[in-house]
Amino acid sequence: MNREKVIFAFFIVLALTLNFGFFLGEIDNPDHHNVYEFFAAIVVSLICTLLKFGDRTHLGASMMATSLVADLQLVVAALIWGYAEQISGVGMTPSHMSSVVSLSGGALLANVISVILLMVETIMVRR
Amino acid sequence: MNNVFYVLLRRLRIPLITMILVYAFSILGFVLIPGMDDAGNIYHMDFFHAFYFVSFMGSTIGFGEIPYAFTDAQRMWTLVTIYATVIAWLYGIGTILALLQEPVFGRMLRRRSFAAKVNQMTEPFYLVCGYGVTGGIIVRKLAKRGIRSVVIDIDESCIDALEMDDLPFEVPGLSADASLPDVLDDGGLQHPKCVGILALTNRDQVNLSIAIASKLIRPERVVISRTEEDVTTANLLSFGTDLVVNPFRVYAEYLSLAAHAPYTHLVYDWLVNPYHRPLSSAYQKTKGRWIICGYGRFGQSLYREFNEEDVDLTVVDMNQPKNSDLPFLVIGKGTEALTLSEAGVEDAVGIVAGTDNDADNLSIIMTAREMNPKLVTVVRQNIHANKLVFQKSGTDFIMEPGRIIANRVLAHLKSPLLPVFIEQIQANDDVWAHTLLNRMNSVAQEEELDSWSVRVDEDNAPALLEAMAEGTEVTLRVLLKDPRDRMKKLAAFPLMLHREGDYDLLPGELDVLQPGDEILFCGRSKALHRMEWALINYNTLHYLLTGHEPTGNLLSRLLSRTDS
Repeated sequence: MNREKVIFAFFIVLALTLNFGFFLGEIDNPDHHNVYEFFAAIVVSLICTLLKFGDRTHLGASMMATSLVADLQLVVAALIWGYAEQISGVGMTPSHMSSVVSLSGGALLANVISVILLMVETIMVRR
Repeated sequence: MNNVFYVLLRRLRIPLITMILVYAFSILGFVLIPGMDDAGNIYHMDFFHAFYFVSFMGSTIGFGEIPYAFTDAQRMWTLVTIYATVIAWLYGIGTILALLQEPVFGRMLRRRSFAAKVNQMTEPFYLVCGYGVTGGIIVRKLAKRGIRSVVIDIDESCIDALEMDDLPFEVPGLSADASLPDVLDDGGLQHPKCVGILALTNRDQVNLSIAIASKLIRPERVVISRTEEDVTTANLLSFGTDLVVNPFRVYAEYLSLAAHAPYTHLVYDWLVNPYHRPLSSAYQKTKGRWIICGYGRFGQSLYREFNEEDVDLTVVDMNQPKNSDLPFLVIGKGTEALTLSEAGVEDAVGIVAGTDNDADNLSIIMTAREMNPKLVTVVRQNIHANKLVFQKSGTDFIMEPGRIIANRVLAHLKSPLLPVFIEQIQANDDVWAHTLLNRMNSVAQEEELDSWSVRVDEDNAPALLEAMAEGTEVTLRVLLKDPRDRMKKLAAFPLMLHREGDYDLLPGELDVLQPGDEILFCGRSKALHRMEWALINYNTLHYLLTGHEPTGNLLSRLLSRTDS
C-alpha cells in the first residue's frame, strides 16, 4: 500500500462526494444546499488541484485539467453566492440559488471525469 | 522544456496545500464562533466576511475588526490564526526563495533561456562546441565577419569568459556536456539556420560524438572536428566529417614546408595566419639537419613529414621509443648541454622543442641557442597562459595547438576555395611563390591579409547578373575598382577562379566573368566590404563600368535619351 496514493485517491473521491452532496436537492431551494458543505467542496477541490501539480504524464495533464475546471466552476458559484448575499441587497433568491447549484453541477461532472481517470490509471497499472 | 515549470509546481505543492488548509481552518473558525453586533445581538459571520478578514489578517495588513468589534472568543481565534497564517506564508515564500537559489534550478533556467535564444536565431549560425583558445578565436573572427555563432562548453568559466568578451553581438552560451545530443539539440542541432557544427573540445571522444550526432541528423551540413589521435581522425573521416584538424599533423606539414620551400611556406602562412611572418624570415637557412626533442605525438608527426622531404633528422627523447627504427636517436631530455651536443646541435640548422612541458621546451631552446646562435628554433607551447613568456623568448616558430586549429578551421570557413588554393600552390615552385608573395606584400603591407570568395549567382551578386543579362561584359577588373573612385584600385587581387570544375590560378584581370563563377580574392578586409557594393548595388556597378552615375528616375532617363 502506498500512502501517497491513498491520500491522492482520498481527496479526489472526497471532492466528488462533497460536490455531489451539495448538488443534491431542489435546485432553487436554499434550505437544501448547505453553505458549509459548499465551503468544504471548494477547499477540497483546491487541494486536489495542488496534489495533481507536477505530474508530467498525459493522464496527469488530463486530471489536472478536470480539476481546474471544477475549481473554476466552484469559484464562480461562490462569487455568485457572495454577490447574492452581500451586494444585491435582497439576499439569496431562488434564481441565484439555482445558478450556484447548476454551476456546482458542472463541477460535479468534472469531478466525475477526474474519478474515472483515476480508475483508468489504477486499472492500467494492474498492481 | 517545461522542466522549470514542473519543478516549481512540484516543490510548491506542500506549501500551497498548507496555506489552503490554514486559510480554510481560519475562515471556518470565524464563521462558527458567534459574534455580537453593536446592538448586542448574537450574529454569525458569513463566509464572505470571514474570507475578507482572514485575507487581510493573514497578509498582516490588518484593517481592524469588521463588521463589528470582536468578542473575546473571536479575538482568541484571531490570535491563533495570525500565527498560523504568518507561518504558512513564511513557509511558502521560504520554499520559493530556496528553490530560486538552488544551483540546479539556476542551471535549468539558464538552459531554458539559452534554448529560447537559439530558437529565435534568424540568421545562419555556427554551433561551436568548446570555447577554449580555439573556440574563442573562431567565434571572434566569425563575429568580425558578421557571422553568428552559438557556444557550448562544459566549463562554466569558459562561458563566463564568453559573456565578458567584447563581441559585436550577443553569442548565446551554455555550460553543459556537448557530447549529449539533447544539449546539442538545445544549441540548434536541428535548427534550420544552423549551417555548421565545430567540434573543438579537447576530448576526442566528445568531438566524435558531436560529429556523429550532426551527421546523422543532417548529413549535408558542414562538420569540422579537432582531434589529436590518428585513430579518431580515420573514424571521423569514415562518416564524412568535412574537415578533421589534427594540430600536430597540421603543424608538422607547416614546418616541413618551411624547411624545404620557404616562399611557398610564407604564402601559406600569410593566407592562414592573421599575424604573418615578415618577408625577411624567408632568407633564413633551413636546409640541413634538424633536431627534434620529444618524440611524442608532435615529434612523430614531424618525423614522418620531414622524412618524406628527405631532411636529416636527430631525435632526442627520454625513453627509447617502442617498435620504431629511428636511425639517429639520443636518449635524454634535451634540456642539458650534454645531450644537445651529443645530438650535434653545433652543425644543425634547426631545433624543435616539442615536449608536452612548456618549461622544458623553453629550456631546450635557450640552451640550444647558446650553443648555436644561428639555429632556427621551433617551440611547442602547451598552455595558453604562457603566451607572454613564449612571445618574449625570441623563437622563430611558436607552435600553439589552439591557434593552429583555429587558423585551419577559419581558412575552411572563410572560403572552401582557400584550402584548394593552398593545395595548388604546393605544386608550384618557390620562384612562383616569391612573385606571389611580393604581390601580397604590396597589397597587405603591415595589415592582416584576409581572403574571401565571391560567387556569381542570384544570392551573392545580383547586380553582376543583371549587368550580364543586359549583355554587358563584366571583367574581373571591374570588381577590383574602388566604388568611391573608379580610378583607384581596391587593396585586393584575385587568387583563383573556379569555373565548372576548373581551377585557374591567379586569373588575369581582363577575364570575363560568367554566371556560376567563383573567385577567391585576397587583400585587406576593408576591400571585401567595398567589393560587396559592386556585387549587390546595380548603380555602383554601373558607375564602375561606365564612370557615370546611372539615371534612376523616368524624367532624367528621358532627358538623357534626348541628349544622345
